[in-house]
Formats: sequence, structure tokens, C-alpha cells
Amino acid sequence: MEQSFDLFHGTSRYIVSDALRDAVNVSVALARPLLVRGEPGTGKTMLAENVAEALDLPLIRWFVKSTTKAADGLYVYDTVQRLHDSRFGDRDVRDIRQYIRLGPLGEAFRSAGRVVLLIDEIDKADLEFPNDLLNEIDEMRFVVTETGDEVVAAHRPVVIVTSNNEKELPDAFLRRCVFHFIEFPGPDLMTRIIGVHHPGLPRRLLERALERFYWLRDNCDLRKPPSTSELIDWIAALRRSGLGERDLEGADLPFLGTLVKKETDLEEALGALRGKRGSKPGPDMRWR
Amino acid sequence: MAGPLFLDLFLALRRRGVAVSIQEWLALMEALSLGLEKQSLTGFYNLSRSLLVKTEAQFDAFDEAFLEVFGDLDVPIDLPAKLREWLSDPLRYERLLGPGIAEKLRTLGLEELLRLFEERLREQREAHHGGDRWIGTGGTSPFGHSGYHPSGLRIGGPGGARSAIRVAGERRFRAYRHDRILDTRQVKVALRGLRELRREGPRDELDLPATIARTCRNAGELEIVFRAPRVNDVRLLLVMDVGGTMEPYTHLVERLFSAAHASRHLRDFRYYFFHNCVYAKLYRDEYLHEPVPTTQVLREIDDRYKLVLVGDASMAPSELLSPHGALYHDEMDPLPGRDWLRRLADRFPRAAWLNPQPPASWTWGTTPVIAGMFPMYHLSVDGLEGAVRALVGARGERVRRTAGLT
Repeated sequence: MEQSFDLFHGTSRYIVSDALRDAVNVSVALARPLLVRGEPGTGKTMLAENVAEALDLPLIRWFVKSTTKAADGLYVYDTVQRLHDSRFGDRDVRDIRQYIRLGPLGEAFRSAGRVVLLIDEIDKADLEFPNDLLNEIDEMRFVVTETGDEVVAAHRPVVIVTSNNEKELPDAFLRRCVFHFIEFPGPDLMTRIIGVHHPGLPRRLLERALERFYWLRDNCDLRKPPSTSELIDWIAALRRSGLGERDLEGADLPFLGTLVKKETDLEEALGALRGKRGSKPGPDMRWR
Repeated sequence: MAGPLFLDLFLALRRRGVAVSIQEWLALMEALSLGLEKQSLTGFYNLSRSLLVKTEAQFDAFDEAFLEVFGDLDVPIDLPAKLREWLSDPLRYERLLGPGIAEKLRTLGLEELLRLFEERLREQREAHHGGDRWIGTGGTSPFGHSGYHPSGLRIGGPGGARSAIRVAGERRFRAYRHDRILDTRQVKVALRGLRELRREGPRDELDLPATIARTCRNAGELEIVFRAPRVNDVRLLLVMDVGGTMEPYTHLVERLFSAAHASRHLRDFRYYFFHNCVYAKLYRDEYLHEPVPTTQVLREIDDRYKLVLVGDASMAPSELLSPHGALYHDEMDPLPGRDWLRRLADRFPRAAWLNPQPPASWTWGTTPVIAGMFPMYHLSVDGLEGAVRALVGARGERVRRTAGLT
């Protein structure tokens, strides 16, 4: 067991809450995968990049899609290439090894040093996907069936798993994880985050922008409320166009489209900003 | 402080339905033996939450449990001593957990834990950090009952501006509880469970394994095999009550409706509205302007559809049970509402009733009568998931309870 607690404190570009910092360090110290959940745009994926940077380890990314299978993460046997070669005789098809391509998990195991492995949006894949990974992540080894070769991890990778909660993850998988839920940052933390992305932003502009931003989030019934990344973009747009805090006063918020991206949300936000509420569909159903 | 504090937390969590497993509990013990709580209650709060609770929906239950166990603590607590007490007193948790689990705990790792803990103590004696670690300066006899004086324990350690008790006390995660609200996304996620995959349609998907198998059989002569893609075969019929007593739940029903409407994965989605109870007419719109004879719906929509009824199931008994029971005379109908519901139940073996009213109230009035015809679920995230599970459950199995009516 590596005595490596308190390695991670965030980086100069990535601000973490105390609880998230603790969760990362617990996951590293206990050698258990860290499962991170939270609203889109709260920096789940960026966390892995910054953990890798802070620990000075290479990062291997595995972006999970709905068609991804657990076995793909270990290795893929390129049968089509072999078939092709067998017909056209480019290579010696008796050597199966040249058709085995390691997946992200396989690469992480085979890597000479320790790595950070990001399994991004694990909930997009099939329901059984996380369970299929359990054995390999526990044992840190697997066998390539076609060749009989065993890939054994020299160093247990730091595994960071993100989920948008589209599917429930299986209990057996959850039991092995350290869990952290990234809460939406409050104004204090947000001020620090913005400070990292927009150093030297005039204080008054920042305060006013945050005020309007949280107002939108709290007072409108938006399907996709603006998140940290949208706020950062919005402030970038404000700065680039040279607007100041006074331009944020009226009902017509400049660059509202960078904050609110769905058409129905835009209508809702505009209605709320202009003080005309009740634009939502619904209560106009006729009751007897 | 009397009693094993940590075990109290474990039990308080389980009482609240947070299914903490032995494995997770041992992970916490291991983390504590490594000193990962950093001698602060806030650290302990973060540590135990990240290891014991795996969904934000249960953070609130965790806060409750944490408050119950540690809420009245404002004095420094003696974490290692409590751990030791717990570890060295197997009889106590044998009684609390039952012999099976206690046995498992012991074989799984009690010795191991004790050993780790001992190691920690020894390491502390050798590498002495001057009072800011767990174990103080006293000569520590690891597992004796006296002579062990932790002195450097601090609460609210470095950077802990907020104490864990205050964090827990704020109950900031109340909004994430599953039994409270339903938003459109949650409904969509729940409805996604309505899946029955089947291969159908034109054969336009390359079947790689079959291609390889055939090609091998042809001694390398390529033969390409196609197959039909997998499609979802679920058809949903949603029938919603827009009666006066449903008014407080309009937004809930609306969310369910819009989520079902947006669920493109369904093979087909049909919906109708009714008022109070189903009689001879259903309506295509929520304003009840476009009637359709219920018999026509029963005829045209077959039993491959899964029926979901939404309503509060509460009305005057006569509206359900009497001939001509409908409240409105445009519904001149000799058949009692109950018989119309029965026809629906007979037509659609896969059916569920979603009731927005709290389950505690389902024992009164007309609700039990309707619950006798349709399995009833609460219109909440949990209830909806239960209904979805029942609707796609084992094929051909009738989920309907027999009506208890006379």
C-alpha cells in the first residue's frame, strides 16, 4: 500500500472543493476507483486531466459510448484486418499478436509507470458494462484469449470514472468505488473558478455577472440550466466585446445564447427577464 | 460517550435504507487505519460519505444519520479509541448485527484490521510528529485498556472552516432525494427502462461473427452475412386523469407526458385523457374536446401495448360503482366506471396505475377498488421505476392482481 495521501490539491487551473480533494486522495490511497457524478458542465472530465497533472502521471482516456463493450477496453482482436491479410497476403497471418490491439484499460495495465485512467461517462454503455470490468479492475490482470498472453499491471492505475446518472450503476460496482458528487459551485467557489479562467476581471463586473447568472439558474425553470462552462464562455464573450457591468442591468441580457441553449429555455428565460412569468405550458389546461 | 460510535453510524445508515455493505464498511476501517480522516470530523464526514454512500439521492439520509450519531458532539471525539473499542469487542457487534454478519466480518478482516491498526500505532511511536497525528506522546500500549492517551486530536482540522456537523445540519442534499421530486429527465431515465429488444426490419447490419464463421467454413472464401438491427418493441398507451382533484398534480402529469412523448426509443406511444374515471369516452386532448369511444380504443389498440393509467383514483363511490355514475350528463352511460376500467384491465394484461397521492392514503375510498384492478405505484421516481420494472417483467406473466370486489 502506497502511503500517498494528500497528493492532490487541485492545480493552478482547476479549483476543487475540500470534499472533492479528499475524495481523490482517499481513492488514490485506497486504490479504489473514484466515481464522480454531477451536473453536466461541472468539470467531471477535467478533474481527471488535472489529477494526472497534479500527480505528474500520464492520462489515458476512455470515452464510453452506447456501443462500447467492456472487452473493448482490454483489447480488440482485429479479425477483419486478419481476414484481409489472409486474402491478400500482406502479412503473416499466423502471428495473431499483430492483430491484437490493446484498449485503454489494457494500455493502462501495460504501461511501464503508473497512469491515470479516465473512464468517461460510464453510464452511456450497456447496463452490464461496469460489472464486466469488475474482475479486471480488481485483479489488475487479464488474459488475451486468442494468444494466451497475460497482461498484468505493474502499477495499479488511478481510475477515475464519470457518470451523468443516465443509468443506475450496478451495486457490485458501486461498492468498490469511492463516490463523489460534484455539487454546483456556490458563489465563493465560483468566484475562485472564474478567477482562474479570467484573471484580472474587474470585480464589479464579476459580481454583477454572477448575480445575474445565479438569478437565471434559480428563477427560471430551465431544462438545461447554465453551468460553470457556460458562465466562463459568457464572461469571455462579455470581455471580448468590451461590455461592462452596466450592460448587465436591463432585461435584455447580452449574449444570452451562450448561457441558455435550448429554444424553449430561451423563451422561458426571456419571459422571466422581462418580468412576464407564466410562459410555461401547462397550467392552462382546462379543469372542470 | 458510551457505545461504539462508528457502529451507531453504520446502523443509523442501514435504518434509513442506505444499504452499506460489509465491504464498504471495511474500506472505511482501512481508511481510518491509514489516517485518511486527517483527525478532523469534517475529514471523517467527507471520508465516510465518499465510501459509504454511492448516490447523491442518499446524501440527505447520510446527513440525517450523521446528525443523529454525531449531532450533539461539540467536544473532540476520540476516533482511534472508538475504532479500537469496536474492533476489540466482537461480542457487541455480534449482538447488534446478528451472528452471520459478525462471523463474516471476523473472517473477512478483523484480524487484518487489528494488525493494520497495530502497525499504525507502532509507526506512530517510531515516526513521531509532535502531537498533530492520531497518537500522542504517551507510551502507548496498543490494545490495553489503560495507558492510551490520545492527546493531539483536533476537530475541524486544517482548512476545515465548516464543521461536519454544520454541513450535515444544512441538509443541502434534500432536493436530491428520490422520493421527493420528479423532473422530466428523471422520468425519461425511468422510461428508458421500457425496453424489449428484438431484431426486426431490413437486414442491413453486418453480422460479423456469422460472416467470419461462414467464411471459415468456406475455407477463406469471403461470405458476408447481414442481419436486422435490434429495435425496441415497447408500445405504450398512456391514459391520464385531468379531473378536478388532479389539479394539484398537473405539473407532475405534464412532466410524465412530455417525457413519454419525447422518448423516441418507444416503438409507439398513444395517449388519451379522461375525467375522474373512464366511461364510454376517452379524449384525445386534455381539454376534453375530442372524444373517442372507449370501445374504439379497446378495439384498435391491442394487447401488445402496455397501459399506464395516471390518476388519483379517488372519487365518489357512485362515480365508480353506479350505473350512470358519471358526473357530467354528456356522458350518458349505463355502465359503471368500474366496469370500463375492468375492460381496460382485461384488454391490457401489462398495466400499471400511477397515483400522485401519497401511498399512505391509498387505503381509503375508491382507491383500494382500483388498486385491486391495476397494480398501483406512486408517481415518484421510485414508483415509476417500480411500474416500469413490472411492465417489462417476465414475459407472459400476469402482473395484475385479481380484483377484490363484491
